[in-house]
Amino acid sequence: METLILTANHAVSYGAWSSRVKFVAAYPITPQTTIVEMLSEFISSKKMDAEFMTVESEHSALAAVTGAESTGVRSFTATSSHGLLYMSEMVHWVARARLPIVMPVVNRALAPPWSIWVDHTDTMSHRDTGWIQIYVSNNQEAYDMVLQGYRLGEDRKVSMPVMICMDAFLLSHTFAPVKILTPEETDSFLPPYKPLWKLDPENPFSVGGITTAEHYYEFSEMMDQAHRNAGEIFDEISREYEKVSGLLQTGKIEKYRVEDAESVILALGTMAEETRVAVDRLRAEGEKVGLVKVKMFRPFPNKEIREALENKSLVVVMDRSVSYGHEGPLSIEVKSTLYPSENRPPVLNFIVGLGGRDVTFKDIVSFHKIAKKKVTEGKKVTEPIFVQLKV
Amino acid sequence: MSKVKSIKDIPLQEYLMPGHAACAGCAMALAVRHVLKILGRNTTVTVPACCLSVIQGIFPKTAVDVPLKNTAFASAAAMASGIKAGYRVQGKNVNVIAIAGDGGTYDIGIQALSGAVERNEDIIYLVYDNQAYMNTGIQRSGATPYGAWTTTTPKGKTEKRKDLGFIMIANGARYVATVTPSYLMDFYSKFQKAKERKGSRVVIDLSPCPPGWRYDPGFTIEIGKLAVQTGAWILWEFEDGVFQFTGFSKMIAEGKAKKKPVESYLKLQGRFKEIIKSKEKIEYYQELINENWEKYLKIAEIYKKK
Repeated sequence: METLILTANHAVSYGAWSSRVKFVAAYPITPQTTIVEMLSEFISSKKMDAEFMTVESEHSALAAVTGAESTGVRSFTATSSHGLLYMSEMVHWVARARLPIVMPVVNRALAPPWSIWVDHTDTMSHRDTGWIQIYVSNNQEAYDMVLQGYRLGEDRKVSMPVMICMDAFLLSHTFAPVKILTPEETDSFLPPYKPLWKLDPENPFSVGGITTAEHYYEFSEMMDQAHRNAGEIFDEISREYEKVSGLLQTGKIEKYRVEDAESVILALGTMAEETRVAVDRLRAEGEKVGLVKVKMFRPFPNKEIREALENKSLVVVMDRSVSYGHEGPLSIEVKSTLYPSENRPPVLNFIVGLGGRDVTFKDIVSFHKIAKKKVTEGKKVTEPIFVQLKV
Repeated sequence: MSKVKSIKDIPLQEYLMPGHAACAGCAMALAVRHVLKILGRNTTVTVPACCLSVIQGIFPKTAVDVPLKNTAFASAAAMASGIKAGYRVQGKNVNVIAIAGDGGTYDIGIQALSGAVERNEDIIYLVYDNQAYMNTGIQRSGATPYGAWTTTTPKGKTEKRKDLGFIMIANGARYVATVTPSYLMDFYSKFQKAKERKGSRVVIDLSPCPPGWRYDPGFTIEIGKLAVQTGAWILWEFEDGVFQFTGFSKMIAEGKAKKKPVESYLKLQGRFKEIIKSKEKIEYYQELINENWEKYLKIAEIYKKK
C-alpha cells in the first residue's frame, strides 16, 4: 500500500489497476478523459496486464466492454454526461444481461447550452437502468468504490453493474492523497471474477434472445431482488474492505453528528463534504444540525435513511439536478422513504449547484437558515426551492 | 474442416437447427446455416436487431448451436470486437462473427463497423443484405436499390443504393467479398478464406427475401442467380490489396459471358412493379447496372494483381 497524490480520475484508474481489470474500451469526453489516458499508459507500459480498445463512440465503448465481459473477463470503461447519454441503450443492455461491469461516470451538465461543469442530471437520468449507483464525495472514496464495486457487482447474489458517480472537476481534476493497494494486496478482498454466465463454445447457448411476456416479468423481478441483495451485503463488503485497507468505511450512508441533531441536511457527492463544514459552523452557532451523506443511491438505503431522519424536526435535501415539474431526485426518494414513518419531519428541497454553480459551506448554512425560518413560521413548503437564483 | 470444393464435401454437422422461425424461402437462413458449417463448433456469433434476432427462436429455446450474444441494433461490430478481445486476453482462439442485416450495417451500424475495420479488429462481419428493413416489415434502407417498392417508398425508391463493398475497401478492410447462397461453392470458397485470415473481414451477402421482394418462396435460388447473371449483383473479393471478380461475374468481366437483360431479374419481383410498367425505367435500371459495372471494372484495374 502506498499513498499517492491523485485526482479522483487517476484514483479510479488506479482502482482498475488494483482490481486486475483485463479489458478497457473507452471514448474520450471532458472531464473523463484522464481516467482512460492513464489506463492506456498503464497498459502500454505493461504495468497492467490488459487490453485497451480505442473505439469510435461511447455506444461502441460499452458494447465492446459488454462483449469482453460476456466472455468472463473483468472489464472497465468510464464516461461522462453526453457520453453516458450516447451509450444509454447499452447501459440498459449491460444491466439486463446481469454483467457486473464497473463504470465511473464523471457528473457533468448537459447541453444546450454547452457546459462541462458539475451537475447530476446525467446519472440521475440513468437511475432506473438497473445499475447500482454510488455517489462518491472524495478521491479516496472514488478509488475504494472501484474495488468494492467489482466485489459487490460480481457477488452471485447481485450480478449487477456498478456506476460510480463523481463530480466534474471538484473531484475529477482535484488532487488529494489517495491510499492505493497493489493488486496482490487486493486479491484476498477481490478474488478472480467467476461469472454467472459466459460465452463459451464448449457450452453453447443464446443470450438475450426474444422473450415473451411469459418470462420477461420474472427477469425484471430478479433484477429488483439483486438490488435488494446488494443493499443487504454492501455494508459487510465495506467492513471487509476496511480490514484489508485500514481505511475507515461508512457503508451505504454516512452520518455526521446526526444522533442528537434536530435537523438533518442530506446531500450527494462533494456537497456532502461541504455540508460537513456547514454542520460544524451551525453547531458552533448552537444549531443542532447533522449530515446524512447518501453514498449509495441505487439500491436506495431506505431503512438507514428512515432511521436517521424519523423524529427529527427538519430535513433539508440538496439536489444537484431536478426532475422538471416535480422536485429533485434525492428529495423524491427521501419523502417516499419517510412515508411509512409515524413521525415524518418536514422535508424542504433545495435545487442547487446546477451546471457547476458553486455550493459553499456558507451557502449551505444559509439554506438551513431559510429552511428553519420557513418551518418555524409554520409554512408548508411543497415545491422545490431554486435558492441560488440570481435573476 | 477439410476444404469444401463441391456440395458433396459440405459437412453434415448442423449449427442452425431445425425449428428456427425463418420464412419459407429465406436466403438468410441458408447463409447462416452454411457459414456456421464453415466456421464450426469453435465459434461465437453476435446478432444485432434484425430478422436473425427473431428466427433464432424464442426464449428459452434457441435454434443456434454455438454461443450467440444478441446485442443492440448499432453495436454488432463493436460487440464482436469486445467478444474477440475477451477471448484473446484469456488465450482462447475462437472465430467471432457478427451477423447483421443491411439496416444494422449500411445504416445504424456503419459507425461501429467502420471503427472496427479501421482498428483492424480480428472479426468476421457477415451482412445479409435483403435490401430493406425486413424485420420491421419492409422499410427502405440505405441498401434498397433504385426503384424498389417498400412500405416507406410506396412509389419506388428514387435514390441509388449505398455501395458498402466500395466503402469497406476504402475503409481498409483486410478481406471484403460479396456472395449469395445461390452460388454456394463461391460462398464456401470465400468464407473458408475469411475463416483462415486474420483481421477485419467483411462479407456482403445478397439475401433474397420472398415477403419483402414480393415473389414466390420457391424462386429464392433462381432470383439470386438472376441477380448475378444480369449483373445486378457482382461477385468479387478483395484480398491483400487485390481485387478479383469471381464465378459468373468473372466470366462477365472477362467477356466470356454476357449479362442477361435486367428485366428478367426485375419481373420476378413484385417490388419492382413500378419499374416493369415503363420501358424507360427498365432502360434506366439497365444503365445503372452498366454504370456500376464500369465502376467495378475500374476498381479491378486499380487493384489488379501486380
